[in-house]
Amino acid sequence: MENLVLQALSGLASASSLFLVASGLTVIFGVSRVVNFAHGSLYMLGAYLAYSLVTTLPRGHLGFWGGVIGAAVLVGLIGLVVEVLLLRRIYRAPELFQLLATFGVVLIVQDLAQMIWGPQDLLGPRAPGLRGSIEIVGMRFPLYELFLIGVGPVVLGLLVLLFHRTRWGTLVRAATQDREMVGALGVNQRMLFTSVFFLGSLLAGLGGALQLPRESVNLHMDLAIITEAFVVVVVGGLGSLTGAALAALLIGELHAFGILIVPKITLVLVFLVMALVLVVRPHGLLGKPEAAARGGQGSAEPVIGPAPPALRWLGLATLAVAVVLPPFLGDYAVSVLTELAIAVLFAASLHLIMGPGGMASFGNAAYFGIGAYGAALAAQWLGAPMLAGLALAPLAAGVFGLLFGYFCVRLSGVYAAMLTLAFAQIAWSVAFQWVEVTGGDNGILGVWPSAWAAPKLVYYYLALALCLGATLFLRRVVHAPFGYALRAQRDSALRAEAIGIDAFRIRWLGFGLAAAAAGVAGGLFAYGKGSVFPTYMGIPRSVDALLMVLLGGVQTLSGPIVGALAFTGLQEQLVRITDLWRLILGCIIVLLVLFFPQGLAGAARARWEARHGDA
Amino acid sequence: MATLEVAGLEKSFGGVRAVQGISFSVRPGEMLALIGPNGAGKSTCFNMLNGQLRPDAGSVRLLGREITGMAPRTIWRLGVGRTFQITATFGSMTVLENVQMALLSHHRRLGGLWRPVARMDAAPARALLERLGMAEQAARPCGILAYGDLKRVELAIALANQPKLLLMDEPTAGMAPQERVSLMALTAQIARESGIAVLFTEHDMDVVFGHADRILVLDRGRLIAEGAPAAVRADPKVREVYLGSGAVTGAH
Repeated sequence: MENLVLQALSGLASASSLFLVASGLTVIFGVSRVVNFAHGSLYMLGAYLAYSLVTTLPRGHLGFWGGVIGAAVLVGLIGLVVEVLLLRRIYRAPELFQLLATFGVVLIVQDLAQMIWGPQDLLGPRAPGLRGSIEIVGMRFPLYELFLIGVGPVVLGLLVLLFHRTRWGTLVRAATQDREMVGALGVNQRMLFTSVFFLGSLLAGLGGALQLPRESVNLHMDLAIITEAFVVVVVGGLGSLTGAALAALLIGELHAFGILIVPKITLVLVFLVMALVLVVRPHGLLGKPEAAARGGQGSAEPVIGPAPPALRWLGLATLAVAVVLPPFLGDYAVSVLTELAIAVLFAASLHLIMGPGGMASFGNAAYFGIGAYGAALAAQWLGAPMLAGLALAPLAAGVFGLLFGYFCVRLSGVYAAMLTLAFAQIAWSVAFQWVEVTGGDNGILGVWPSAWAAPKLVYYYLALALCLGATLFLRRVVHAPFGYALRAQRDSALRAEAIGIDAFRIRWLGFGLAAAAAGVAGGLFAYGKGSVFPTYMGIPRSVDALLMVLLGGVQTLSGPIVGALAFTGLQEQLVRITDLWRLILGCIIVLLVLFFPQGLAGAARARWEARHGDA
Repeated sequence: MATLEVAGLEKSFGGVRAVQGISFSVRPGEMLALIGPNGAGKSTCFNMLNGQLRPDAGSVRLLGREITGMAPRTIWRLGVGRTFQITATFGSMTVLENVQMALLSHHRRLGGLWRPVARMDAAPARALLERLGMAEQAARPCGILAYGDLKRVELAIALANQPKLLLMDEPTAGMAPQERVSLMALTAQIARESGIAVLFTEHDMDVVFGHADRILVLDRGRLIAEGAPAAVRADPKVREVYLGSGAVTGAH
């Protein structure tokens, strides 16, 4: 009983910290509609800056609390700079582009933080005056935790006052409800957005700074917190402050009691709850449906036609190089090429959902990973030969794609993307925690190709044939009636329904098909590496796929191919030549978003059309 | 037999009774106009006929078959074409492809994963566009088309499944006066030739009195007049509803 009370209290403390970060994220989203991946980086910077300030400033109350507040304000200013330099220029871009840009910031901050503070974990001092613990129901409870429990409600109260009692707050609420109307009434939106970004970043920084006495500061804090914060914000309802508070409470307590009751599935639990909430309430606990953007149909997506001759030749030339060159290359280069071929198919599978389908998926790695695990589990437990494993991979991925997709494709926009993320995390957690079957973090080793395909070169040709075949098949599908139906429901749901198209069915089957294709890529990857790990389904791999598609250009069929080659090649080269590959990649991403918002292939097409005239 | 029979249709939104007990029918080849001031319930009525809204009470029958509460896509399959007040077409497809989509859906061939759309149902789609005077625009993307042309594309799409009934919500809104007359004349001609019943709403009284065989007048959710154009124009209740706007008397 006493244990439960303490557990509930520490749940409250976590909830409080989580709320600080999530409130900033939800306020920023409410006004600017930007899904800010870099919010976790701001949180991490808050912790690092607080560490530097607190350890430099004289010891004592002033030094500690001054350091914490100073760090929060500094992070607010950093957020302000990011907004002015980057986000301000891309508010009109599609939301996934904004996400890509903020992910570029994540990469940049990771390397900068490592340069400044080093790779080792840093332990900060404890808070003066709150070092001890007090006795609650006969058990010791840290004072600092108690203090944290208080911080959440106080910040919530201050924010509510700010939003309801000041003119600025009223404007923020108005902009959250209807941005265009606020603009039409003559409010300076730039100032409003910038100030909201400052506030949101400050909250993230404060959240990070307050963690200093609780846990060590490290370079993984950013992605760890951002997933949690996304969950809280989405469960609460995007843009809803009270919703975020409620969800933080729910998630915090879920963590605390989950460990007591079902320690085996703690990781899954949070995402299960998120999936459940989104299935029952598609806009979160307290969220409202996003108001449809006004201004009619907006910019129409381009028509899809047969590839121009120049592009065909370029494709054939690339293919010729891919076929002819490898025998003259070393094993390492051949395995890099194998990965490139797999990346192309992986990107193409996501592109089918995102481009023609018009849905965002943050969780495409799930199907890649399920394909890989399908093959590996069959090899380990059933002793299946390689070809059987490779056949099972798309089957397993497709079945799970249909299962998860059944829920995901009912939602739209950010919520749909978040539900795909939740399912991917569920898949990841199962692979991570179901140690008896999946080997957990150690993965499954010894997934080697059959003898005939064991030479690197032979396996490369096998991977090339399968990936190229599947990618060309997906391309063919886009030109076939099914692909047209996918685009039809994306272009106009109203018209699609009015000519007898069942949009749900089309989206659902499209999701399943894309998952199966990702499964092929995953299966090939498993045999290529000889092992599978939970990271195959991790968020970074899903983000990789997004980067490839967005880098290449969503609106062109060659986009994912170009993007996959560019991204994988670039990353491969950068990792080899420099330790600061994240920094450089991040900068490249940011510059690409700013100057090539249509992606590489999109930009190439725009130039081609400018020269040859529009059809 | 009437193509469409509507009996006792009702719909409320909260406390507002948007449509109150409306009954009427449309015969094959007939052009029936549904008019009334803003907020009279025209659009609500329309959306219940094609399944976008579920009526609180009443029944809708197509060729004697009960279609009340069915999904729009099911109703379309039974032979109801629809054009929208604000055009809805597939912006990333050409004019021809838009019509092909309707034909492919009609023939239940949208599941195809292999044969390219370019070679499917192109000839009949072209023929439909020819009929509507849009053949020259066939290869242009719908996303860049002029509004008046989009209205014609919508009509071509609506005709693709050889409908028994056409529901047209303000078919000429946003068009130039010249275009309006020619589009409605064409619609009337097609309706008569193919025996299609046409129900349309319209604000332009020239269009209504020039092309409708019969007119229904709605006001605050109730049917207040019904009959031939001349009779409706002379109806004192209709004059009262439109009083001050001068729209009815100024029509000719």
